Amino acid sequence: MEHTVQFAPATGLLSGMWLLVALPAVSAAVLLLLGRRADRWGHWLGCLSVGAAFVLGLLSFFALRGQENRAVQLNLWEFISAGSFRVDFGLLFDPLSAVFVLLITGVGFLIHVYAVGYMEHDEGRRRFFGYFNLFVAAMLVLVLGNNYVMTFLGWEGVGLASYLLISFWYVRPSAATAGKKAFLMNRVGDAAFVIAIFLLFAQLGTVNFDGVANQVHTLSSGVTLMLGLLLLLGATGKSGQFPLTAWLPDAMEGPTPVSALIHAATMVTGGVYLIARSNFIFTANSTLQLVVVSVGALTLLIGAIIGCAKDDIKRVLAWSTVSQIGYMFLGVGLGGAAYALAIVHLLAHGFFKAGLFLGAGSVMHGMRDQVDIRRFGGLWKYMKITWVTFGLAWLAIIGLPPLSGFFSKEPIIVAAFERKDWTAWLFGIAALLGAGLTAFYMTRLFMLTFHGPKRWTDDIEHPHESPPIMTIPLVLLAVGSVAAGGLMVGPVPKWLTPVLGHEVRGEAVLAHSAITILAIAVTLIGAGLAYLLFRDGTATAPQPAGALVTAARKNLYIDAFNEAVFEKPGIFLTRALVFLDGKGIDGAVNGIAASVGGGSGRLRRLQTGFVRSYAMSMLTGALLVVAAFLAVQYGWFA
Amino acid sequence: MSLSAYVPIIALFALAAAFALFSVGVSQIVGPKRYNRAKLEAYECGIEPSPQPVGGGRFPIKFYLTAMLFIIFDIEIIFLYPWAVTFDALGLFGFVEMILFITTVFIAYAYVWRRGGLEWD
Amino acid sequence: MNDLKLPAIDYAALAPMLILFGVACLGVLVEAAVPRARRGLVQVPLGLLGLVAALVFVIAEAGTRKRTAGEAIAIDGPALFLQGAIIVLGVVALLLIAERSLEPGGPFVAQPARPVGSEADRSQAAGEGGATEAYPLVMFALAGMLLFVAANDLLTMFVALEVFSLPLYLLCALARRRRLLSQEAALKYFLLGAYASAFFLFGIALIYGYAGAITFSRIHQAVTAGTGSGVLLFAGLALLAIGLLFKAAAAPFHVWTPDVYQGAPTPITSLMAACTKTAAFGALLRVLYVGFPGATWDFRPIIGVIAILTMLVGAVLAVTQTDMKRLLAYSSIANAGYLLVGVLAMTPEGVSSTLFYLVAYGFTVIAAFAVVTLVRDADGEATHLSRWAGLGRRSPLFAGVFTFLLLAFAGIPLTSGFTSKFAVFGAAFGGGQVWLVVAGVVTSMLLAFPYLRVVVMMWLSEPGESTPSVSVPGAFTSAALVIGVLVTLLLGVLPGPLLDLTTRAGDFVR
Repeated sequence: MEHTVQFAPATGLLSGMWLLVALPAVSAAVLLLLGRRADRWGHWLGCLSVGAAFVLGLLSFFALRGQENRAVQLNLWEFISAGSFRVDFGLLFDPLSAVFVLLITGVGFLIHVYAVGYMEHDEGRRRFFGYFNLFVAAMLVLVLGNNYVMTFLGWEGVGLASYLLISFWYVRPSAATAGKKAFLMNRVGDAAFVIAIFLLFAQLGTVNFDGVANQVHTLSSGVTLMLGLLLLLGATGKSGQFPLTAWLPDAMEGPTPVSALIHAATMVTGGVYLIARSNFIFTANSTLQLVVVSVGALTLLIGAIIGCAKDDIKRVLAWSTVSQIGYMFLGVGLGGAAYALAIVHLLAHGFFKAGLFLGAGSVMHGMRDQVDIRRFGGLWKYMKITWVTFGLAWLAIIGLPPLSGFFSKEPIIVAAFERKDWTAWLFGIAALLGAGLTAFYMTRLFMLTFHGPKRWTDDIEHPHESPPIMTIPLVLLAVGSVAAGGLMVGPVPKWLTPVLGHEVRGEAVLAHSAITILAIAVTLIGAGLAYLLFRDGTATAPQPAGALVTAARKNLYIDAFNEAVFEKPGIFLTRALVFLDGKGIDGAVNGIAASVGGGSGRLRRLQTGFVRSYAMSMLTGALLVVAAFLAVQYGWFA
Repeated sequence: MSLSAYVPIIALFALAAAFALFSVGVSQIVGPKRYNRAKLEAYECGIEPSPQPVGGGRFPIKFYLTAMLFIIFDIEIIFLYPWAVTFDALGLFGFVEMILFITTVFIAYAYVWRRGGLEWD
Repeated sequence: MNDLKLPAIDYAALAPMLILFGVACLGVLVEAAVPRARRGLVQVPLGLLGLVAALVFVIAEAGTRKRTAGEAIAIDGPALFLQGAIIVLGVVALLLIAERSLEPGGPFVAQPARPVGSEADRSQAAGEGGATEAYPLVMFALAGMLLFVAANDLLTMFVALEVFSLPLYLLCALARRRRLLSQEAALKYFLLGAYASAFFLFGIALIYGYAGAITFSRIHQAVTAGTGSGVLLFAGLALLAIGLLFKAAAAPFHVWTPDVYQGAPTPITSLMAACTKTAAFGALLRVLYVGFPGATWDFRPIIGVIAILTMLVGAVLAVTQTDMKRLLAYSSIANAGYLLVGVLAMTPEGVSSTLFYLVAYGFTVIAAFAVVTLVRDADGEATHLSRWAGLGRRSPLFAGVFTFLLLAFAGIPLTSGFTSKFAVFGAAFGGGQVWLVVAGVVTSMLLAFPYLRVVVMMWLSEPGESTPSVSVPGAFTSAALVIGVLVTLLLGVLPGPLLDLTTRAGDFVR
C-alpha cells in the first residue's frame, strides 16, 4: 500500500454518532416491548426516530466536511479481547459510510412515512414499525462499524429483520416459505463472511478496517484470493447475486414498503458496500476482480432476461433490482474509478427503485392488492400522481438523459469498455445489452400498467389514487430520481476519494462518445420495441412461448438448480440422520417389543427409542472410535 | 509394560470358556435324558415353586428395598473388617475416617427408618 | 506394619466439596427428622447457604496451584474456575428447583402411588407441600461435579463420575406430571450411563496397563516417553473419551439426551444442561490437556470427527423437532460439538474459550428452561411447539425474553452466544483447526434456523385455542430468569472481564 490509513478520533458533534444507531434501536425496543399500549402512536414514533436520525446524519455529514482527516472513528467499548486479539465496539464515520447513512435514513424516512398510509388497515402496524426500525438500526450498524465484526453484527441484524418482515404476512404459506428461503440462502453467504473474518484474524491478527488496509499487502496472493472469494460469497448472499439469487424475488411476499426499503434501496446493497469497503483486498488481486466483474455481468443479464418474462409487478421490479445490483458489482469489480461509479449508481438506484416499488404499492393499494400486470391497463387516468412519479422513475432507470439513471449507469458501461484486454468487449457488450433489456422490460411494465385498454378483474370499478401520506413520499422520490444522478456524478466520486482511492481512468476500446451514443441507442430500441408490442395491452392468460421465454418465466431454472444442489442433499442428510438417530433402528424392533410390553408397551412406543437400540448405537460408535484410534496409531489410513 | 503381561489372563479366559462350553456340550450329548415332573419345574432354592400368574409374575417392590438395605449394611461390614485388622497401622486418622463412614451410613439408615423403609406394610 | 504413609491433605482446598457433601448429608437428616410441611423451608436455605459457603472457599483459594490428597486432587485455575461456575450455575438451577408457586406441590413427585390431580395428591400438595428429596440429591450431584473437575487421577475421576451421576438418575425420575415418561427417561439414563461408565472403567484399566499409573502426570510422562504398547494407550484413551463424551452428550453417544431432557422435570433438565455439561467438559479438558497432550496428533482427528458429527446431528435434527424440550436437547448436543471445537484447539486459548463458553451457555440454557416451566396449562408444561404459536400476543414480555435467549443460542451478535462461539472458533483457528471452524460456522448457521422458526411462530402466528397462558413466575423463577438473561446480555456486550478471568484461570497444574 502506498499510503497508511489512519482514522481520527471523533470530536464535537461527531462523538455523538452513536445516536444514529441508538435512535431507531430505542424506538424499536419501545414499540416491541410496550405492546398494544403503543398501537395508537407507535407508527409516528417509528417515523420520527428515523427522521431524527436523518437530521443527525446531515449534521454529521457537514461536520465531516470540515474535518482535515475525513475518517472519524469512535470506539465505544472493548467488545472482545483475547490475548493479542481485540475487537472494539467502534463506529467509523467516513465519506463512504456518510453517503450510506444519508441514503438509509433519508429514503428510509420517506418509506416509513409512506408505510403509515400503506399499513393503515393492518392491525400489525405497530409491530411492523418495530421491525422496520430494528432494520434501520441494524443497517446503520452495518455501514457505521469500524471493523469486520461490527459489520457482521449489522449484517446479522438486517438479515434477522428482513426474515421477520418477509414472513410478516405469515398467514400466506408462500410468505413463510419465502422467509425460509431468504434465510437459508443468506446463511450460505453469512457463513462465508464469518470464515473470512476468522481468516483475517488468523492471518493479520486484526479485523479493523484500518489495520487490514495497512497490512493486506503482507498477505500471499492465495490468501488474498481466498479472502476475497469468501467476502464475495457473503456479498452475493446479501445482494441476491449469482449464485445466491433466488431468494430476492421470493422476498417480495413481504409488505411493499419492505420490498422498497430492504429489498431494493438498502439491505441488498450491503454486498456492494462490503466490497467497496474492502476495496483494498479486491484491488490487490486481479483474478478476484475478474470474478467480481463476471458475477456482476452474469447477474445483470440474468436479472434483465427474467425481468422481461414476469407478470407480477413486484417480481419484475425484484429481478430488475437483481440486475441493477449486477451493474453495481460490475462497477466495484472493475476497480479504480468504477468503485465510486458503483456507489453513485447505488444511491441513484436507491431513489428510483424505491419510487418504483412505492408506486407499485400505490397501484396495488388502489387495485385491491392485484399484482398481475396483465390485469392492469389504462390506470393513468385514475392515478395521476402515481402515474407521473412512476413514469419519471421509469425514465430514470432505463437511463435516458438527463434523468439520473443515465448519469449513473452510462459511466459504468464506459468503465467496462476500459478494461485492459479482450474482456473489455465481453463486459462492455454485456453491460450494453443489459441496458437494452432494462429498457424493454421496464417499458413493458409501464405500458401494461398505466396505458392500453383496461384488463381489470370484475370486482374493480373505480381504482382510486392513494392518500397524500403515500403520494408525498412518491413525489419526493421522483424528484430524487430525476435529479440525483446528474447532481451526484461529479461531486460524489470526489467525496469518496479518501476511501476508494484516486481516480485512474484507462483507455476505452471505443471512443467515449461512441459508447454514450450506443447506450442511448440500445435503450431507445428496447423501449421502442416494448412500446410497439405492448401499447395495445396483452392477453390475460399465459401464452405459449419459445424456449428462452419459457426458461425466463421459470427463472432460468435457477430454482431447479438450487433445489438440486442445495435442497436435495440437505433433505437427504436430514432424512439420513433422522433414520440413523432412532427411527431406523427402532422401527425394526418396535414390532417385537410392542407385543412384549403389554399396556406399557403402547406408552413406550410414543417414545422414539429403546434402550437396547441406543446401547447398540453407542457400542457401534465406541467400536468405530476405538478402531479409528488404532487405525491412526498404525497409519492404516496412510 | 506391554501386551505380553496379559497373555496369562487371556489364556485363563480361554481355558475357562473352553471348560464351560465343553462340559455343557458334552453333558448334552452324553448325558441320559429322562424327564419327569420334578425335573421340569423351576428351581427355587429347593422350595416348592410358587405358582406364577400368566404374563410374568410380579412380587412386591419391598423385596428389592430390603435386599438393597441388606447390601448396604453388608458393605459396611466388609469395610469394617479390613479396617479392624489394620487398626494399629491406620491409627487415629483411620479411626476418624471410619467414624465418618459409619456416620454417613447411619444418616442413610436414619432416613430409611424414619421414612418407613423398614416396615413391611 | 507401620509403613503406611498417610497423604497430606489440604482441607481448605477441599473445603468446597466437603461443605457440599456435608450439606447433602444434613439434607438427608432433615428429610428424616423435620415434618414434611416444613422441610422445604429448611432445605432451600440450607442448600443455598451451603453453595454460597462453598463459593466463598473457592474464591478464597483463587490462585492456588497444588495437588493434594496424595495427587488425587488438583486445585488449579481451571479446577477453581469450573468449581465456581458449577456452584453459581447450581445456585441458579436450585432457584428453579425450589419454585413452588407455579403449582401447588411443585414439579417433583411425593408419592408415586398417587396419580397427579387425584384428591389424595392435591390434599397432600396443599397440606404438606411437595417432595423435598430433590434438594439433598442435587447437593450430592453438585458435590460430585466439584470433585469431578478437580480429580487428578482416573480412579478419583471415576468415583466422582458415579457420585454425581447416581443422584441425577434419580432426579430424572421424580417428575410429578407425565410420570411414565419421566421414569422411562431415568431408567434409560441409568442403563446407558452405567454402560458408559463401564467403557470409562475399562479405559482406566487399559491406561493403567499402559502407563502403570493412574495419575495424569505419570500418564503424561509415559505418553511422552513413548514406551509401551500403543494399542493399550489408544484403546484406553478412546474408551476414556467415550465415557466422558457420553456425559457431554456428543454424537454418537448422545442418544439418551433428547429422551432424558424431555422426560426429566424441567428444573432438573436445566441443571443437567448447565452443570453436567460444565463438569463433563471440565474433566475432558483435564484428561486431554494434562494426561494426553503428547498424543494430540493422534486423538485430534478422531475427536474432531466426533465434534463435526455432533454439531451436524444437533443442528440437523433440531430442525425436525416438535417438542420444545427436545429442541433444546438437540441444541445442547450441537453446543457440545462447539465446545469440542474449543477443546481441540489444544492451546491455552482453547482452555479459556471453552471455560467461557461453558459459563455463557449455562446461564442461557437455565433461563431458557425457566421460560419452559412458565408456559403451562392445567396439565402442566405445554412443551409441544404448536402450543407456543402466538405466544408473543399472549405474553409479549416472556416471548420477548425467550426470543432473546433463542437469538443467543443462534449466535446472533450482542448476545453471549455470539461472543462464546467467536471465542471457541477463534481459538480453534489459532490452533490451526480450520476444518473444525468451517464445520462449526456452517452448522451454527444451520442451527439458527430452528430457533428463528420458533421466534417467528411465537410472534407472527395467531394464538390458537390451545395456546397456553404464561404463568406469573414466583420469586425464585423470576430471579433465575433475570440472572440468566442479564448474564446472557452482559457476556454478549461486555465479555471482557470474564474473558480475562478465563485467560488467567487457564493454566493446569501437572
